Amino acid sequence: MSADHAGRHGTSAGSVLLSEGREPGPARPHAGGDPILEVRGLAKHYPLTQGILFKKQIGAVKAVDGVDFDLAEGETLGIVGESGCGKSTVAKMLVHLEPPTGGAIRYKGEDVTQLSGRALKAVRRNIQMVFQDPYTSLNPRMTVGDIIGEPYEIHPEVAPRGSRRQKVQDLLDVVGLNPEYINRYPHQFSGGQRQRIGIARGLALNPEIIVADEPVSALDVSVQAQVVNLLDRLQAEFSLSFVFIAHDLSIVRHISDRVGVMYLGRIVEIGTDEEIYDHPTHPYTQALLSAVPVPDPAAREYRERIILHGDVPSPAAIPSGCRFRTRCWKAQERCALEVPLLAVPAALRDVRTPARHDSACHFAEDTRVVPPAGLLETPEPEDAPPPPPRDDGEEGTTP
Amino acid sequence: MLLEVRDLHVEFHTRDGVAKAVNGVNYSVAEGETLAVLGESGSGKSVTAQAIMGILDTPPGRISGGEILFKDRDLLKLGADERRTVRGREMAMIFQDALSSLNPVLSVGDQLGEMFVVHRGMSRKDARAKAVELMDRVRIPAARERVGDFPHQFSGGMRQRIMIAMAMALEPSLIIADEPTTALDVTVQAQVMDLLAELQRELDMGLILITHDLGVVADVADKIAVMYAGRIVETSPVHAIYEAPAHPYTKGLLRSIPRLDQKGQELYAIKGLPPNLLHIPPGCAFHPRCPQAREVCRTDVPPLYTVDAERRSACHFWKETLDER
Repeated sequence: MSADHAGRHGTSAGSVLLSEGREPGPARPHAGGDPILEVRGLAKHYPLTQGILFKKQIGAVKAVDGVDFDLAEGETLGIVGESGCGKSTVAKMLVHLEPPTGGAIRYKGEDVTQLSGRALKAVRRNIQMVFQDPYTSLNPRMTVGDIIGEPYEIHPEVAPRGSRRQKVQDLLDVVGLNPEYINRYPHQFSGGQRQRIGIARGLALNPEIIVADEPVSALDVSVQAQVVNLLDRLQAEFSLSFVFIAHDLSIVRHISDRVGVMYLGRIVEIGTDEEIYDHPTHPYTQALLSAVPVPDPAAREYRERIILHGDVPSPAAIPSGCRFRTRCWKAQERCALEVPLLAVPAALRDVRTPARHDSACHFAEDTRVVPPAGLLETPEPEDAPPPPPRDDGEEGTTP
Repeated sequence: MLLEVRDLHVEFHTRDGVAKAVNGVNYSVAEGETLAVLGESGSGKSVTAQAIMGILDTPPGRISGGEILFKDRDLLKLGADERRTVRGREMAMIFQDALSSLNPVLSVGDQLGEMFVVHRGMSRKDARAKAVELMDRVRIPAARERVGDFPHQFSGGMRQRIMIAMAMALEPSLIIADEPTTALDVTVQAQVMDLLAELQRELDMGLILITHDLGVVADVADKIAVMYAGRIVETSPVHAIYEAPAHPYTKGLLRSIPRLDQKGQELYAIKGLPPNLLHIPPGCAFHPRCPQAREVCRTDVPPLYTVDAERRSACHFWKETLDER
């Protein structure tokens, strides 16, 4: 399935990570269509320097350290990971807010990292971003009309001067805001409404790809659903491709066709939502999924939590071999010596279940950690064959 | 009952008018029990907690009515000195943001030890030993070596452990945890919640857990109070409310969260926005957003109806809400 990548991969500039010559088999394109974006060996290393007069580099913070994925046309790729895993840095590099220190970002086959001037400008028009914090990402001294219309100053070919006001009002309507609000200022809006303004700005240039970095995490639960639905609708309406970055695994599952899990600057596992959530094979994914609180008290009896010990190592001192080994309960000697590649693990190459997907672990195995959907939805005791012990006597004292 | 809040009212006097943050809140916590207070920003959940702890900023805040009975004493009738002996010794609070709640220029050991110096009159040396003991107890690795470190030298999860250690220091009978894990990553969140639950069991403390996360509530709470616009709209044991909510707001919240175990269709979204506390809608505060609102909801404030022995709902049509799944 991933054999068609072998040739192209050979030319990739991202050789930072490959200690072995084996085909790393990055993300397979989704059944939906051709990849519109191919990311290969993407890296961002921030130098650590010492000395004032004679600066010398003493190391590097490897925020992103070899990320591979494809984004198909019309697809939503979710990227999850904990703080400091590099997911926001990936987002910034995709929209060219941060220059990569290695690797390639190919938009329709063309390496964006090598472009400059007019060619770069043309590409950037097609890759737009929606930011996390709707309070700091909108200029408080500009009106909503100026904020959403500002992209037209840079790309005047998209909308001739006379038609801009009308365009902005159309955009407000599209994101569910009253077009008459065009002259208001950001402080006159609530958090959810501001996020809609940010989304309208992202859509202004009719981009093909939207990179959304935690677009709903600053919002209240009841408003979150509104914005998630809006993003869903816009994707269908404008046939957008989405890179959706978030730490909330439930929202990512809801919105994504495929999901990549990041740990310490690398994608450790990637696959369809079913492959990742119902058949995770990487220990980190399993720990992450098992830690998510399930909004159903009945789940208390069913779940087994994998509690990880310790903290994420510093990206300035990444462990040798597998970067997760310092917190992994399966780690063996091999993990310290050999970097596991993101590919279908040898042990799972012949299975016919969704467990067969890319996972960077030497000892990958399919372990379900999220109870299957039907299990919790049978409140009638006669329906559920093995009735769980509901009250262990502990709650007996509840007044 | 360890703590009983009765008909509490808190308002803030602002330039634009009086914001009614808390409008008649009732809830109670027993020893060893976990009460989750669920609500969105501005629902009054944190203000209620601050009133209980006695750390409300007055002015602009003002407690305009009600009682807070703690071990059968009304805290609102105590003087400032008496109040101070309750705070820290008998009830303690854990805040969301550990970094801004800890003093950046004092070592962690000094801050933990201070509790024993001030409240127990210990010597500095003994207090330092106590601090190490506490850090061990909340499982901070190498406590003896790290006791002299400053807050910025710890990770987010470790800092939250230090906050927990500080709250536990004098073995209070009530802990109020205000969004204790919101700023933490999921794997660290699981560690911290486990620790909190374990210590609570050990010391048989009452715990008020303030959160907006329905997942965390389902994981640890015994009972739950849902707040909206400064009022409690539903209280219930935790199992019952997830099975069949008796208030449209609770129902909407439960339906609007995406699930981890299946992909699902379009999310249910509660329409509109939470109300402005300066202009709380008349009648039921939720009526402009409620799918089943009728005429009476616009005019009459719903009382807390009794659903069953343990459940209350502030909805005129709670029976309908409960039946229609």
